[in-house]
Amino acid sequence: MQKQYETVFIMTPVLSDDQMKEAVGKFKAMLTENGAKLVHEENWGLRKLAYPIQKKTTGFYHLLEFQADGDFVSKLEVAFKRDERIIRFLTVALDKYSLAYNEKRRTKGFDKPKTETPVEA
Amino acid sequence: MSTASEIRYLTPPSVDVKKKKYCRFKKSGIKYIDYKDADFLLKFVNEQGKILPRRLTGTSLKFQRKVSQAVKRARHIALMPYVADLMK
Repeated sequence: MQKQYETVFIMTPVLSDDQMKEAVGKFKAMLTENGAKLVHEENWGLRKLAYPIQKKTTGFYHLLEFQADGDFVSKLEVAFKRDERIIRFLTVALDKYSLAYNEKRRTKGFDKPKTETPVEA
Repeated sequence: MSTASEIRYLTPPSVDVKKKKYCRFKKSGIKYIDYKDADFLLKFVNEQGKILPRRLTGTSLKFQRKVSQAVKRARHIALMPYVADLMK
């Protein structure tokens, strides 16, 4: 059975814009190859980290929401670990309440979380 | 003789009426707490970034668990600090 998941990952700020898009494209391609369906995607841009990770204080945030089988998640996470451009990731399974919340969030037109404005590169 | 009996009260005098705490999630019908919304989660941590206890926020146990889960997720993806001083 397919479940809906949501993944937030942080890429190193040393990447250029194209390299960043390329990295995102790689994971999106991986999604489609493995029979997962991309539901939603958000690019939060370069943001300040709350604490340094690998001596870096900023990072490119990206969010992917997708439907997939459970064993795909472990595959994806292995790929995240092997990719040195990714400095942090978090995958969360969505329940009915979070699905409703995300639906609302999308229709309201939250492109970015309203919290911080992304820092300029 | 009568002095001791005069001071006795039938109902204990209320010195100041404490405001009743309530669970804001139950009250406003929030079902899901988003870990991506760091601004909102800021209400449930103190200045050092520690999660506040239920006895201070009044959150029900069900939602306290969700709050703590959300705060921990937000910390993992560096939207909130693990340790800080003067967050607010």
